[in-house]
Amino acid sequence: MSNKGNSGEPGLLLHAGLALLLAVVGFGVGRTLFAVPEHPGLAALVEAELGRSGVDNPVTAVLLNFRGYDTLLEIAVLTSALVGVWALGTAPHIRESTPSPVLIGLNSILIPLGALICAYLLWVGAARPGGAFQAGSVLAAVMVLFILSGRRPRISLPSAPMRVGAVLGLAVFLAVAIGVMGAGHRFLDYPVELSGALILLIETAATISIAVILAGLFIGGRPEDEP
Amino acid sequence: MNSGVLFAFGGLGLLLIGGWALVLRAHLIRKVLAINIMGSGSFLMLIGGIPMGGDALDPVPQAMVITGIVVAISATALALALVLRIAYATGKPALPEDRDRDLMDEEGM
Repeated sequence: MSNKGNSGEPGLLLHAGLALLLAVVGFGVGRTLFAVPEHPGLAALVEAELGRSGVDNPVTAVLLNFRGYDTLLEIAVLTSALVGVWALGTAPHIRESTPSPVLIGLNSILIPLGALICAYLLWVGAARPGGAFQAGSVLAAVMVLFILSGRRPRISLPSAPMRVGAVLGLAVFLAVAIGVMGAGHRFLDYPVELSGALILLIETAATISIAVILAGLFIGGRPEDEP
Repeated sequence: MNSGVLFAFGGLGLLLIGGWALVLRAHLIRKVLAINIMGSGSFLMLIGGIPMGGDALDPVPQAMVITGIVVAISATALALALVLRIAYATGKPALPEDRDRDLMDEEGM
């Protein structure tokens, strides 16, 4: 803080310094965007290797096969975010209220439809846009709708299935990644003939985990019977 | 000028707007929002910057952006939980050195 008045509001010096800093950053990044030399990108390489990935959608192939590390660590980040939120305290109490009949009526359509969309997105991810993250978010939305329609002072999901569900994706992903090493492959290097099935297995587990974790983050605290 | 250039410079603009708010705004939820806007800006740059050199349908940056979005969501949720705890503990959603400031910015800039 370069300049502090009585109220602690940022002074003119800080505004000017920040404006200068952002102008320099903007100019530098803007120049770099034009200075990048022409390059063919990685699309052709992904296209050439697609046959060995076990799926037909290039984005899914990159996410789950060619750059599996990214996705593995991403699920680890999601799991640790939920652990962090749980470490901060139990889920907040909310006022007991009767959910609106519109919400309940809408839920009876949206919840089964959401589950169906989730399954479709998970399955279609192998060939077209879709996959574990999209499917997981839809399932999480279904869970949130389900929570919102409950008439209780404490919002929650059953805690034991929640704990298992939250770590399932990371556990299955790690088990597969390490398991293929037993067959003489490297870490995360799936056998070509099994890669389609392994990717579907990982994505199914990841979908469940992502949904449980996102719903858990919405709840905003650990289940009450958690120590 | 193709749409990639527009996306890339729009992303750069969002990055700068977010950086401005992140430093100057005192309310912690505004700071979290500012970080989110900066994140969206960098995703746009990552997606839009590609057509300047390569293929607009390059799956590698797309996969990286999906990963980034999910990480940004979980970081936001954790940050909001921390903001709530700070607000419960101190009565004000602000950092200790900003506690006396006008959190709602009612007098404008």
